[in-house]
Amino acid sequence: MKTTIYSLFVAGVLLIFSACTSSETQEGDTESSNATADNTPLGQASVVDNESDPNILQVAIGSPDHTTLVAAVQAAKIEHILVNAGPLTVFAPTNAAFDKLPEGTVDTLLKPENVGDLATILTRHAAPGSYNIEALKKEARKGRKLYMATGDYFEVTVDGDDVFVNGVKVLASIQTANGIVNVVDEVLLPKSE
Amino acid sequence: MKLTKYLFAAALAGVALSFTSCDNAKKESKGALGGNLAERSFVAPGEHDEFYGFISGGFSGQLSVIGLPSGRIFKVIPVFSVDGEKAYGFNEETKPMLNTSYGFIPWDDSHHPDISQTNGVLDGRWVFINANNTPRIARISLETFETVEIIEIPNSAGNHSSSYVTDNTEYVIAGTRFGVPVPQRDMPINEYKGNFKGALSFLKVDPETGQMDLSFQIMMPGFNYDKAHPGRGKSHGWFFYTTYNTEEAHTLLEVNASQNDKDYIAAINWKKIEEFVANGGGTKMKTKYAHNIYSDETHMATSTMKTEVLTVDPKDVPGAIYFLPTPKSPHGCDVDPSGEYIVGSGKLSANLTVHSFTKMLDAIENEKFAGDAYGIPILNFEDILAGTVVQPGLGPLHTEFDGKGNAYTTFFISSEVVKWKLGTWEVIDRKPTYYSVGHLMIPGGNSQKPFGKYLVAMNKITKDRYLPTGPEVTQSAQLYDITGEKMELLLDFPTVGEPHYAAGIPADLVAPHSKKYFKLEDNKHPYATLSEKDAKVVRDGNTVHIYMTMIRSHFAPDNIEGIQEGDRVYFHVTNLEQDYDVPHGISMIGAQTSELLIMPGQTETFVWEAKNQGVWPFYCTDFCSALHQEMQGYVRVSPKGSDVPLKWSLDDE
Repeated sequence: MKTTIYSLFVAGVLLIFSACTSSETQEGDTESSNATADNTPLGQASVVDNESDPNILQVAIGSPDHTTLVAAVQAAKIEHILVNAGPLTVFAPTNAAFDKLPEGTVDTLLKPENVGDLATILTRHAAPGSYNIEALKKEARKGRKLYMATGDYFEVTVDGDDVFVNGVKVLASIQTANGIVNVVDEVLLPKSE
Repeated sequence: MKLTKYLFAAALAGVALSFTSCDNAKKESKGALGGNLAERSFVAPGEHDEFYGFISGGFSGQLSVIGLPSGRIFKVIPVFSVDGEKAYGFNEETKPMLNTSYGFIPWDDSHHPDISQTNGVLDGRWVFINANNTPRIARISLETFETVEIIEIPNSAGNHSSSYVTDNTEYVIAGTRFGVPVPQRDMPINEYKGNFKGALSFLKVDPETGQMDLSFQIMMPGFNYDKAHPGRGKSHGWFFYTTYNTEEAHTLLEVNASQNDKDYIAAINWKKIEEFVANGGGTKMKTKYAHNIYSDETHMATSTMKTEVLTVDPKDVPGAIYFLPTPKSPHGCDVDPSGEYIVGSGKLSANLTVHSFTKMLDAIENEKFAGDAYGIPILNFEDILAGTVVQPGLGPLHTEFDGKGNAYTTFFISSEVVKWKLGTWEVIDRKPTYYSVGHLMIPGGNSQKPFGKYLVAMNKITKDRYLPTGPEVTQSAQLYDITGEKMELLLDFPTVGEPHYAAGIPADLVAPHSKKYFKLEDNKHPYATLSEKDAKVVRDGNTVHIYMTMIRSHFAPDNIEGIQEGDRVYFHVTNLEQDYDVPHGISMIGAQTSELLIMPGQTETFVWEAKNQGVWPFYCTDFCSALHQEMQGYVRVSPKGSDVPLKWSLDDE
């Protein structure tokens, strides 16, 4: 487990560095295209910090199982939400989780005109506070619902050793510098009433 | 796309070209009054400054960190005065830093910062600075930007000719302004002359750790030692001190200390004295001084009282000390980067005096002495004079150098900086300051290798320069561009306290080493709590120790019961964060001390007296996170002898 996290981290750092380099070399382009492109701030996502523990975004970027999620976060321009002081708990659907959605769903969401919907779907995966698997079990034990950043309240349930949020099983918790990444193998959808 | 890029680059080049031509045109038409001054001190949002500046706070007792050329202030490092913002002198860990032989002292007057050097070049490891009032020297780490050591200077008073470092930071020195009885004793003040002494202290600096050790004190005649400068390069191994009151007056000094036409610069061959001491020379003397050291591992300071100092009588080391006559109560004592020229600024003299180190050595070798003072040979003024800058201004104080053969001197009375040429002594330029300038600073201007781009002048008086703020008017610094023949005033900006003196250094020599947070695994604080599960509350008689942790966004524990009236409650709080820039704070209602502001991985302690029964809250004082306002807790205080058990919890668990 340790080595996995470490390699995730290294991969993340590498990615970030290459991202930085390319953004520097392309400064001319950015400047010239600024007039037309909207300028969503990268905010703290542009901070270069190779000393602190990796944050949620860095962990996600470093995970080969979360390339769809990262692409979606970037398309939705919400990177800066995943790097601020938080604390934040992110339920991170794997690539396989996105693949379970009806065919074409992801491609449609990634289209520029659907940025708003995409951002809402992703934001539904974030809860203020730090909830790893142990903390989630406590939530279930105390009968407390999990408040998501979209305003949804999700039920937390336990079955044996497993913990479920809105019926979706949490596979693993990763501690990051600004909160928790909980790996899930399904996309969290709004509660069906 | 490619085409766009090309076009853009071409456009950029065009813009750049037009800027330069624009610039030239302005220079031609307006001379020194360039129209792009704002641009040249402007550092765009998100960009970094080129230099760090460390400006002493004078009577604030602190050291502020600014950026140059912007003049933006980044931090005020507490050194000799308590600082509630950072809990310096308030938390249990840093109280020992301000311990002295007189006990705890919450304030002092900080004067002359100097950055450590290697081979006569700034190395960016430490800043040293002196406390004037209760004589001390502090060392500030440029990794943590915190005061890590303070050593008291015994047998000294008005510690003004301090705290300058030699070419390899072998020593940092401290010289007394006041003559005082040594050892201190009850005696008539009017018996000053011939009886009071002036101690010049040499503190050895450990080349690895930077830790200071008071090696020896030279017991000079009771003159007032005003400013000092080490020899550089060829004069490395010597130290020079200006003196005033060679009259040894003890009252109304403004008149009685201005009687002699010339006072002295004391030239001290410290290598010779070092050798004398190494061979067992000197006399051990009973005294008392505190030596305080802060540890980044335990996050705590310890104060040790020393009881002995090695003193050296100049008479015992012939050939080590000479007096260089210098007109009219010289104040500034500055040595140029080559080490050849020693500039003495006679406060009351119309001219600036420059001595030659080569001529000084020659006069010593040929024993051309004009006499002696208390057995110390006095050289002939004419024999050692390199040159005189004639009538450059009124009230010369301090000189720094640009490394290109020019010197810059401040004039307090005529409120100006004057640029003059070493060797020809001609005045090249003068620019007004607003107003009454004291020190000036060129980054590295005190070393063999100045970075002669900017000059900062520090003013004592600003009068009408800023929006008024009542009778107390801000003091200021002014930034000049000194890359051209003429100086150009770019900016003036307010400072913290009295901007007495400053040291500057290129940012890239310091910034890469700046510490971002403390590693939890390295935290050796005796009361550290390294995980929430280790949080606890321990009673020991009337004393209660709370081992608490903080992480976004709660304290563990957050509810504590079983405290009783009259208890003395220690909050030992550890910040569990390991993320850059996530400090947490804590304070408790009625705490008779400051908040704690705790960096990631650090432990700090404050004391709270449980005076009244009730339920009393504490909270996080630093806006740490989105749920900062939720970061809070309670302490329940019961009557003395109550059977409420000692209990602590988080989320009722």
